Amino acid sequence: MAKIHVEASVNGEPVEFLCEPRASLLEVLRDELGLTGTKEGCATGECGACSVILDGRLVCSCLVLGVEMEGRSVQTIEGIASAERLHPLQQKFLEHAAVQCGICTPGLIVAAKALLDHNPDPSEEEVRFGLAGNLCRCTGYDKIVRAVLDAAAEMRGQT
Amino acid sequence: MEPFRYQAPQSLTEAIELLAGDGDPRPRALAGGTDLLVQLRAGSVSAGLLVDVKRIPDLTGVVLDGDGLRLGAAVSAAEIGEHRQLADSYPGLADAVGVIGSAQVQGRASVGGNLCNASPAADSVPALIALGAQCLIAGPSGSRTVPVESFVSGPGETALARGEILVELRLPRPPPRSADAYLRFTPRTEMDIAVVGAAVNLTLDSDGVCRAARVALGAVAPTAMAAPAAAQALVGTRIDEEALARAAAAASAACAPIDDKRGTAVFRRKLAGVLIRRAATTAAARAAQRG
Repeated sequence: MAKIHVEASVNGEPVEFLCEPRASLLEVLRDELGLTGTKEGCATGECGACSVILDGRLVCSCLVLGVEMEGRSVQTIEGIASAERLHPLQQKFLEHAAVQCGICTPGLIVAAKALLDHNPDPSEEEVRFGLAGNLCRCTGYDKIVRAVLDAAAEMRGQT
Repeated sequence: MEPFRYQAPQSLTEAIELLAGDGDPRPRALAGGTDLLVQLRAGSVSAGLLVDVKRIPDLTGVVLDGDGLRLGAAVSAAEIGEHRQLADSYPGLADAVGVIGSAQVQGRASVGGNLCNASPAADSVPALIALGAQCLIAGPSGSRTVPVESFVSGPGETALARGEILVELRLPRPPPRSADAYLRFTPRTEMDIAVVGAAVNLTLDSDGVCRAARVALGAVAPTAMAAPAAAQALVGTRIDEEALARAAAAASAACAPIDDKRGTAVFRRKLAGVLIRRAATTAAARAAQRG
């Protein structure tokens, strides 16, 4: 199958790549663009490990085709921190030890960022529902929820 | 995943040509892909050509005016939930799309795709039936409109013929003191598939008497279905305890459920009554607030 040429924006930078129609955005990110922070878990849209923000919306990159990216912009875990400074969510995940094996962490940080972009002051319940598409088999979620609530408070200037 | 070709037409005419063309025997329309890409990867469906419909303005628009709503078939669940006026006008539809999958899935999944995937348990379909939605279908020989309850003909089967595409859903404008509600039962609170789904859309008069009602059920038959007897039990009443009990009994009686891993037929029949009772109570409270 002939590869298709795609121009898109990744973490604010223009990128070009060639991909087969069946290649997922996840495969393009990892294998073509070397952005391996985004993880593959289930490849069926259930675990959220591959979460990215596509044109402002949280999606599973395993359920997006690379060829669909023409003219679109995507933000991945690599685009969350600014220069030398961690994003408050990343900092709070460290402080609250919300990371154990780490495979779900990039997806959870991206999903939490998308949640806070839309709702800067979520309740605990809203955080739990908002992150329901991200599975973590280590932490039991409590530390993650606390980290997100703490990061939200800091981002609102309340700490 | 087997290889396929990919096209992203910018016009409906071009999409129909691609879907109807003899270039490929297995074309499929691609909207959010949250079902289709999973099915392609699992090998449960095959496609030689994917026609991405998300760049076609007819399928991506939301028009809310004096006539009602015209909802492009490829509009995502997230966009519906964020459209304040839409969600306020059709709260039951917002209920339904707001429980599909996760935030990630809702970022991509569309109502048109939910309908075309033709699962008996699709959340948005009972809500659309209760709202009296009409499906605008375009194809090589022109356009036609079918009521949403006739669109899905069986599990995984729709009224779409070769080359046809679901363009938009048309919902009538809710009359004054009308409201809808959708709810479902799942063992988990989210990321699950309905054991039973229930939608009620009703209109009250200024005395609080129900003047019109539409009731629909999901996951209790091969397709989502209207339950007119349950609706009839609500009309002419104040949605009181007796009316709710009669509607619940009629909803249970209308079911033709199966036993499967999500629930038994007996459980589903019981649930259908319970959920219709609750959905009717919510719809009536919402309608009264609009008085």
